[in-house]
Order: sequence, then structure tokens, then C-alpha cells
Amino acid sequence: MHVRHLTLKDFRSYPGAEVPLSPGVTTLIGLNGQGKTNLVEAIGYLATLGSHRVSTDQPLVRFGASQAIVRGAVVRGGHETMIELEITPGRANRARLGRAPVSRPRDVLGTLRTVLFAPEDLALVKGDPSERRRFLDDLLVQRQPRWAGVRADYDKILKQRNALLKSAAPVLRPGRRGSNRPRPGDAPLDEARESALHTLDVWNEHLATVGSQLLYARLRLLRDLRPDLGESYDAVSATDARATARYKSSLHEEAAERLAAGDVPEIAELRQALLDSLAAVRGSEIERGVSLVGPHRDDVVLTLGDLPAKGYASHGESWSFALGLKLAAYRLLARDLGDDPVLVLDDVFAELDSGRRERLAELIGDCEQVLITAAVGADVPAGLRERGHTYEVELGEIRGVDAERPPAEDHGPDA
Amino acid sequence: MYEGAVQDLIDELGRLPGVGPKSAQRIAFHLLQADAEDVTRLVTALTEVKAKVRFCDQCGNVAQAERCRICADSRRDHTSICVVEEPKDVVAIERTREFRGTYHVLGGAISPIDGVGPDDLRVRELMQRLASGEVQEVIIATDPNLEGEATATYLSRLLRDVGVTVTRLASGLPVGGDLEYADEVTLGRAFEGRRRVDA
Ligand SMILES: Nc1ncnc2c1ncn2[C@@H]1O[C@H](COP(=O)(O)OP(=O)(O)OP(=O)(O)O)[C@@H](O)[C@H]1O
Ligand SMILES: [Mg+2]
Ligand SMILES: [Zn+2]
Repeated sequence: MHVRHLTLKDFRSYPGAEVPLSPGVTTLIGLNGQGKTNLVEAIGYLATLGSHRVSTDQPLVRFGASQAIVRGAVVRGGHETMIELEITPGRANRARLGRAPVSRPRDVLGTLRTVLFAPEDLALVKGDPSERRRFLDDLLVQRQPRWAGVRADYDKILKQRNALLKSAAPVLRPGRRGSNRPRPGDAPLDEARESALHTLDVWNEHLATVGSQLLYARLRLLRDLRPDLGESYDAVSATDARATARYKSSLHEEAAERLAAGDVPEIAELRQALLDSLAAVRGSEIERGVSLVGPHRDDVVLTLGDLPAKGYASHGESWSFALGLKLAAYRLLARDLGDDPVLVLDDVFAELDSGRRERLAELIGDCEQVLITAAVGADVPAGLRERGHTYEVELGEIRGVDAERPPAEDHGPDA
Repeated sequence: MYEGAVQDLIDELGRLPGVGPKSAQRIAFHLLQADAEDVTRLVTALTEVKAKVRFCDQCGNVAQAERCRICADSRRDHTSICVVEEPKDVVAIERTREFRGTYHVLGGAISPIDGVGPDDLRVRELMQRLASGEVQEVIIATDPNLEGEATATYLSRLLRDVGVTVTRLASGLPVGGDLEYADEVTLGRAFEGRRRVDA
């Protein structure tokens, strides 16, 4: 698939922009702060309803404006679909697909699929576990949009469960009430304790039911991703580094070991393991007032050869590892869908040595559509730029620089 | 801030569910400008509802007497109880004409975030109704959203050893939804297809 045309209105630094795009490689060159990343961020937003840089919508709307509009014409298998998003901070986004408004913006997920690599992705290797969990979960949703619902359900269950652990702490914690001096009128406390424990059981069941689905999906995803990760890393770095990823689970030790070894148990088994693990940590959960077991506490351990990447890998190696994860995601999605997602590489070349640059260029040459940004044109291998289109971005203005070839053929009115 | 009486009115209105400060202000000024008769009618309606309407001693539904219309009706099947969250759900199910038993209104759903636990719901009253032994079937018809499901799980665990048949409304209801907004056909079908819970 590819994006044929992008329209921005009051998005980031763009009061308005009409950007024709075409299949193949498009390179956006411009000085720092001119709006290159803003443009590719908009494309990522069309695909995921989220930004790779910020978690709220406010910064996406041009300063002083109240609403941003992003519109993209997406071509898949010769068929064109228009996605339009209206971003209004503090209110629910509105979306249109084709000409019709959709009831929930979530319904546009899956129409455009992108894999975006940006400097922020270095955090996949160097950052907190939450970065790696989000990478897996975002990819799950790109693969099958229904996971967005499961993820949202899990978050809600977790909030309810944590609220219960906090609010019920006074009745649940032992020692709150001197057990050696029972007094009349204590009975209601026992009752309250009983009902709080029963309620906790209920949330355990729901956490285990939804959590096991999420866990199962992550494990399968990681299993499918692993070969591509190793190959992508080696292809870019020209080594035999054995880049790999292991699931680190918060389940009890025996289960966690199985998952780390790459096993993917059935959902029912994972559900039981979650219930058992929750039972085992009940005391500490009540003591600390937070949920200690479940997909929200898990991590993915990345290793290069025998060493963990975090804390050991060099800057360039970490960069290449993060890139390897994204390229693996790209290959996985392309295989799943039988259709290339749109690949976005924001500022990726500047941090790579010349060998890695050339090999990356080689690797992405055949993708249906690749959007590259760079502050210094010379950082992007010449071969890559010659084969595609180059745009200059200056203060939110976008100009095609290969005059002999128009930036994009217009395919006439939208299908 | 407005002077005395106006501010008092705004404050009172603002305490109503779904009424924010802005709406409270709008309603208050609407009332200020309305005909005296209209306002009197509203006041009468409010006083009447408080004086005459109460909650059914047995099921917790709105009633005009000690027992609501449904609990007082001997033609209804008193061996079957349908458990719902709110009185509005009783209205929704009655519309389907699919159910001839009685109801039990919990007054909400379990939601720790909102500080609602089982003890804040009419669960104890339900257990007391079951103690008589007359009831044979309990149908759990809480909303098909997370809190409704959690409440259903809680109840089915609690009723496991009571010796009644416990069923849950069949899925097919929109998930994440509200019983009140399910259309009659869907809700009716959910009743026919209710399934046994083996918690
Ligand atoms: N909501 C907004 N309203 C107005 N301007 C904004 C908004 N958000 C970002 N900008 C401006 O956009 C510019 C950043 O654009 P962008 O991140 O696309 O730069 P870039 O071309 O990718 O630069 P670099 O080469 O440094 O990565 C900044 O100057 C910033 O002030
Ligand atoms: Mg940038
Ligand atoms: Zn009644």
C-alpha cells in the first residue's frame, strides 16, 4: 500500500499543506526544525491514531488553532480509500473513511499500516519495560485491530483492581485490627473483609481472562518476530550477532521460565498460571496496593550474542537493534497482509556508519513506499535518492527538487 | 458567584447527575425567566415524586406502595428473579414482554474506582429473598460492560451453593453497552438464549 496524497490543516507547524506522494522512496531534506518529522508524524497518526512523539493530542494542533485535520489518500491493491481525521484536543476525534463518517475513530485502524522508525525508538533498547510492551501491543493492533479493544479492557480491569487494592487496604491488611483484643462490633469488619476478598477474586478472574489473551497474543507475536529480528539486524550490521528477544514474564517462576524459553502455551494454561501467580502474591499486593502480576508488569529482554543489549550495546548497536525491531515488524506485517505497509525512516541514517547506511538502503529498495527524512542530504546514500523523489522542506513549505521528474503523477479525483 | 438564592439554586442543580456547572447556570437562568406556573408545576412534580414514589421493599424497583406493581402481581412467576442494575433496566426488559418473573434491582454495579463494592448494592436483600426457598431461577441481567460482568461474576460465585439455577443473559448484546439502549429484539433474543453459569 502507499499514500498517494496527504493533506494537513493546522497540524503541528503546517497551517495548510498539500503533499502529493508516490510509491518508491521519497526523501525529505531540510534543516532542523523545518517540519520534516511533523509530516511523517501525520502519516503515522493516520495509521495508528497516535503520535510516536507525544501521548496527548494538544501538541499536534498548530499553536493558536483549535483543531487539526489530517487527510490521506491510501492506495491498496489499486483501490483508493480516503481517511480523514479531525483532531480536537479535549474532545473525541472524528473520523471519516471514504465519504462516510465512522461511529468510532478506531474503525479506521487497519486501512493504512505504517512502520515508523524515529530517534525516539532508541528507547526500545535503552528505556523502561513499558517501551517494549508498547512496541508489542502497538504491533498487535496493527496486525489485528481488534486487539485495541482487548488492550483497553485490560487497562480498565487493572484500574478497577488497583482501586480495589487501595480502597480495601484498611480492611484487608492484617494487623490493622489487634487480633488479640476482639471487641463487640468487630463482626462487620470481618464481613467487610470477606466481601473485599470475594471482590478481589472477581477481578482476579477478569484480569486472568483478558490478561491471558493479551499474553498469548504477545507470545505468538514475539515468536513470529524473532527470526526476522535476527535477519534484519544481521543484514544491516553485516555481522552474525544473534540479536534476539526473550519474553520476561511476571508469572510464577516455573511459568516464566517456559515463556522465556520461547514456549507459547494455550490461553487456558496461561489463564491458570495467572490465577496461581495472583494467589501467590496476594499478600504483597495487599501490602503495596498495586497489581503485581500480569502483562502490564512484563518485559522483553533484548540480547546481542550472550550480552543483554540494555547497558552493554554501543550507541550504534543499540540504534541498529531498534531499527532491527522495526524492520522485523515491517516484514511481519508485509507477510501477514500480503501487502507492504508504508515504511517511515525519520533521521535514521545520520547515526549509522557508512556500511550500515548502504546495507539499509539495499534492504529497503524494494519496499512499496518508503519515506525518509534527513537534515543532511549527504547522509542518505546517493543511490537511494537517485531512484526516488526528493523534497526540500523549509519552514513548512514542501518543494520537489527533481524537476525533470514531477514529484507525483496525479491520479485524478479520488476513487 | 451570584447572590444568595440564585447561587443556591445553581449549587443544587449542579449536584444532579450529568449536570455540570455551566448547565446548572443555564437551567437556573431559564427557571428565573420562566412563567411562575411552569415553575410551580416543576416544584409540584418534585414534591410528589418524593412524597408518593418510593422503592419496593422486595425488589428495589420504584414503587407507589410498599410493593411495586410487579412484585404485587400474583400472575407473575415468583419463582424466577431477574437481577438488574437500575430501575430503567426493568423498563427495558418489560418492553420485550419476554419475561414473566420478578426483578431484583441492585442499585448499580461493582466498581472500585467509583467506590462501589458489593456491600453498597442490594446483594444482602437478594440473598434474603432466596433464603425462603421459593425462588428456583436467578437470571443475571447486569450491563454487558466490565463492571456489569464483574458484578455477574460476583453474584454467580455467591449463588453457587444456594441451590438455584443461575443464568446469564446470552451474549449478542453489544459489549461495552448499556442494557437500557439495547433494542427490544436483541434483548428479547438475549433472554431466550440465556446460558447457565457454572462459576
Ligand atoms: N503545535 C505546533 N504548533 C506550531 N509549531 C509547532 C507545533 N509543534 C511543533 N511545531 C514546530 O515544528 C518544528 C519542528 O518540526 P519537526 O520536528 O518536523 O522538525 P524537523 O524538520 O524534523 O527537524 P529535525 O531535523 O531537527 O528533526 C519546531 O520548530 C516546532 O516549534
Ligand atoms: Mg525531525
Ligand atoms: Zn418489587
